[in-house]
Amino acid sequence: MLAFILRRLGQSAFLLIAMAVLVFVSIFAIGDPIEVLLPADADQNEREAAIRHLGLDQPLWMQFAHFVWNLLHGDLGKSFVFGSDSLSLILGRLPATLELALVALILAALIGIPLGLIAGLKSQTWIGRLIMTTSIVGFSLPNFWFGIVMILVFAVQLQWLPSGGRGPTDTLFGIEFSLLNPQGWVNLIMPAATLAIYKVSLVIRLAYAGTREALLQDYVRFARAKGLSSSRIIGVHILKNILIPIVTVLGLELGSMIAFAVVTESVFAWPGMGKLLIDSIARLDRPVIVAYLMLVVTLFALINLCVDILYSVLDPRVRLSEGQS
Amino acid sequence: MSVLLDVQNLSTHFFTRAGRVPAVNDVSFSIGAGQVLGLVGESGSGKTVTGLSIMGIVDPPGRIVSGSIKLDGQELVGLDEAHWRKIRGNRIAMIFQDPMMTLNPVLRIETQMIETIKAHEAISDDAARQRCREALGNVGIPSPEERLSAYPHQFSGGMRQRVVIAIAMLLRPSLIIADEPTTALDVTIQAQIIAQVQKLAAETGTAIVWVTHDLAVVSGLSDRLAVMYAGRIIEEGATEQVLNFPRHPYTRGLLDSLPINNQRGQPLNQIPGATPSLLALPKGCAFAPRCALRQEDCEQGSIVETFHKEGRRWTCLHPVQDRAR
Ligand SMILES: Nc1ncnc2c1ncn2[C@@H]1O[C@H](COP(=O)(O)OP(=O)(O)O)[C@@H](O)[C@H]1O
Ligand SMILES: [Mg+2]
Repeated sequence: MLAFILRRLGQSAFLLIAMAVLVFVSIFAIGDPIEVLLPADADQNEREAAIRHLGLDQPLWMQFAHFVWNLLHGDLGKSFVFGSDSLSLILGRLPATLELALVALILAALIGIPLGLIAGLKSQTWIGRLIMTTSIVGFSLPNFWFGIVMILVFAVQLQWLPSGGRGPTDTLFGIEFSLLNPQGWVNLIMPAATLAIYKVSLVIRLAYAGTREALLQDYVRFARAKGLSSSRIIGVHILKNILIPIVTVLGLELGSMIAFAVVTESVFAWPGMGKLLIDSIARLDRPVIVAYLMLVVTLFALINLCVDILYSVLDPRVRLSEGQS
Repeated sequence: MSVLLDVQNLSTHFFTRAGRVPAVNDVSFSIGAGQVLGLVGESGSGKTVTGLSIMGIVDPPGRIVSGSIKLDGQELVGLDEAHWRKIRGNRIAMIFQDPMMTLNPVLRIETQMIETIKAHEAISDDAARQRCREALGNVGIPSPEERLSAYPHQFSGGMRQRVVIAIAMLLRPSLIIADEPTTALDVTIQAQIIAQVQKLAAETGTAIVWVTHDLAVVSGLSDRLAVMYAGRIIEEGATEQVLNFPRHPYTRGLLDSLPINNQRGQPLNQIPGATPSLLALPKGCAFAPRCALRQEDCEQGSIVETFHKEGRRWTCLHPVQDRAR
């Protein structure tokens, strides 16, 4: 188990370095941040001072060596734009995104699993068909479209919910959470629902397919032959089996929701990391982009690790071994 | 001897898109307490569906369309689900063919055992666990205490089938339907399992319907033998009588094709042709197209009449006259 975790962390470290090189080279290729940063009327002296200040006068490999050196000291560099530490800039935005993604994830599981189960158990009835048809809609329409429709209906027409922004938050351990504030909930619900819709459809389909398959298995037949109640057969025998793929996929989806909630955050003016990333890319703010991607890679690695551990808890046939990647 | 299970004119049909499939058709047999009935037939002849019908767990699109199943005089056909559930696993248990598939892969053995007792009795966890341990010991599983907390994949195929048998015997049922329980196992293990079940059943006075496609397996095991063909019982009688003096040409064909009744170096005797499709059964006797003793009247009328004589019956107009080899 420990060997497995260490090996995983080693792989992630390698990935991080590869990522940093890639970002350095590609931003260098795209353009010069100085052109974006300086006002149009800046003179040659101001220009050279700024280039020197940001370290852009050195060759790229030197800049990279500097970056790695600082990284080893826990410093991911200062934002070209804000001048402040890029990691703390991102971490300041993390709670808003994390909260959004987690609520969306919970919604996806709480709505998707029961609906998928019902659809699988009653696949020959109108209710089963209705659920599956609806899930296709959730799959095929784009996320931002749902966001806009929801804003039009609930914010503009009915005026039940605010159209955007994070709203009031309460502080716990120095971090702001919408979930702790009743009014925060009101602001959170639409963006979270928008982010969750695709995931709900995904979970429905996974739960449906899993249930259909489980129903054909001899262990379900044997469970019935033992005289178990259908609630026990569904809630224990079938559910525990279908959770295995669902946990895996949801784990991976959580990572992508945190990293790329950009569209939803833009539609709802949600002050999360995605918004920051888009702005930083527009300004070629390299330290922030690099720090962001490093953080995302780390998050993905951690989530994958958790998924694998959870997977081995759910499925006793899986042993965490060094051979597994 | 009192009659334990009395099945009369049982028909279970599947209503598929292609048409009505009469998987079990007008089947009658009875078993006395503590008796062993061998139910023999090629695969697809309706043995499993007969077992599932007695358990009341035939899945749609199949259902019992007519007939009667009486257990200790109590009619089971038409019983509501709650009452039928109390009988399953409690008074009648069923064991399935493939022990690799019968146990739920993600639940511990003790979970799968204890839930069986708890489905039928109000009992404490400790007392239930105690009984499970004894049950595992009784079927010859070494160190049952440790094995209780193991998962199915930690057992070999033979050991798993022992676990399944232990579960089937947990509530001391008066009847066990064993659906080809040794087909998936090695020959040596097969013999051990048969001996184990025989011993347990004799000790507890449990009656058994032993389903198999292999006449050799049941010959030393059963008191009576019923031979199924295309959803019907075409011959039934005391085991040694049926084996020594088969009346139906199909039974005779099965006996002739046993390796022990064949000469070394000679090709095995086989019944020519294949089982007919249940969707398009021929007129008259379903076996007639393959039968060497076929005469014109065999292929007329809707079905062939059943003849009863001296505690035996056969469904054939021109039965075999000479003794088996
Ligand atoms: N779910 C089902 N749908 C349609 N037909 C079925 C179904 N299950 C069984 N049957 C039919 O019932 C027949 C008997 O099946 P089965 O009892 O499993 O045979 P056996 O156990 O003797 O090998 C099969 O040939 C098949 O045509
Ligand atoms: Mg079968």
